Amino acid sequence: MVMLERIINIVEKFWPVLLKGLGVTMEMTLISVLGGFILGIVLALSRIYGNKFLRIISTGFIEIIRGTPLLVQLFILYFGLPPYGFKPSPFTAAIIGFIINSGAYQAEYLRGSILSISRNQMIAARSLGMTRKQAIIHVIMPQALRRVIPAWTNEFIYLLKYTSLAYIVGAPELMAQAKFIASRNFQFFEVYLVVAVIYLIVILFFTWLFGRLEKKVKIPGLEWVR
Amino acid sequence: MKNNPLLRVMNLKKRFGEKEVLKGVSFNVKEGETKVIIGPSGTGKSTLLACINQLVNPDEGEVWLKDELITQAKDMNKIRQRIGFVFQDFGLFNHLTALKNVMIGLTKVKKLDKNVAREKALEQLRKVGLEREADLYPAQLSGGQKQRVGIARALAMEPEIILFDEPTSALDPELIGEVLYVMKDLAESGMTMLVVTHEMGFARSVSDEIIFMENGYIVEQGSPEKLFKNPENERTRQFLNKLSELYGEGD
Repeated sequence: MVMLERIINIVEKFWPVLLKGLGVTMEMTLISVLGGFILGIVLALSRIYGNKFLRIISTGFIEIIRGTPLLVQLFILYFGLPPYGFKPSPFTAAIIGFIINSGAYQAEYLRGSILSISRNQMIAARSLGMTRKQAIIHVIMPQALRRVIPAWTNEFIYLLKYTSLAYIVGAPELMAQAKFIASRNFQFFEVYLVVAVIYLIVILFFTWLFGRLEKKVKIPGLEWVR
Repeated sequence: MKNNPLLRVMNLKKRFGEKEVLKGVSFNVKEGETKVIIGPSGTGKSTLLACINQLVNPDEGEVWLKDELITQAKDMNKIRQRIGFVFQDFGLFNHLTALKNVMIGLTKVKKLDKNVAREKALEQLRKVGLEREADLYPAQLSGGQKQRVGIARALAMEPEIILFDEPTSALDPELIGEVLYVMKDLAESGMTMLVVTHEMGFARSVSDEIIFMENGYIVEQGSPEKLFKNPENERTRQFLNKLSELYGEGD
């Protein structure tokens, strides 16, 4: 079979390049998802517990980011900002874009999760003499973070796939390497098939990993009502 | 003044939008006393308790804890440590075991050492008969056990007074007894308690005084003896008759 031979050939010949691309993809994903997580916590807490000023800022930020295409955001960062003196590398531009984008989405997942925790938990914590901050840290967040894991797993998977958009601004991730290979051997179908399988394997692995994490931190009675 | 009551509530008022829930409520609780507040639903009993430790801010009036005017306290978190609160729906922290529920106030609020806190928490769980359930999560406990953990959590803070907001109303009938037993024990050990409840048996046998509230006012207050046998107010008589029909005379 020609197709199988071609695929084996591509893997044999280009695996170092593909691996390098996958490395960049994973680096981007991990940095973005963690950066987005921190940004998401700040945004969600500001939107729920902040004063009016913080609420407006965080709500505005979230809605603007969620209301505009990721690709447009990446283009603004990479092509739009240099005239104003900010010249990010493709990698940096992509990372910033992904962190901002993922932060907005993670904030909303987290907000939903926080709001799903009964108000009585806060009241009970305050009745013991905890400050609002202590109640958020020791009572609300430990529960909200557990509940957000399924949504967060989705976000990780989305982001891993969306990093493929970074090839458009020239970051050397997996998709960019695939395009480079295909443009040399013209075996588009086989090259992109190999890349699709690589994405699939990585995503299945992380789905399994987060499933284990969810089980590990699971507490009786704290699951989502299904 | 040494003879000041432990808790003094003076002319407390609270309104939620159009509805005035508390229309000027005043009473005292002396040290070691158990007072029971009764009255129809929606007459502001729970709001009254929440206003005392300012989980809800009263609009008007004063609350004194010993010699401190706590309605104008600078650090209400400090004051709340001195006032225990037991909730109708238990209010246990769902992500913590029974033991950790009791410990968290000691470690995070009182900043006690973990081992010291653990010992104190275990002691309180022992008192309410739940030492063996220490490592179970709230979802693994029965309603009665949850409420006993709630009481242990309040007790562990060594409060000067404990407020009970319908502590048995969310419980199956066969689980009410174990909670009332713990509360009775507590009252007899000299704890100062203010209890909102419909449990007439408890009110009758344990309380030093019963306060009957309706429509945001105190209609009548007095010893259980007086209220059950010779209420001055017709409404008090009607309400108590109704409760006795529903829940029995108590023992």
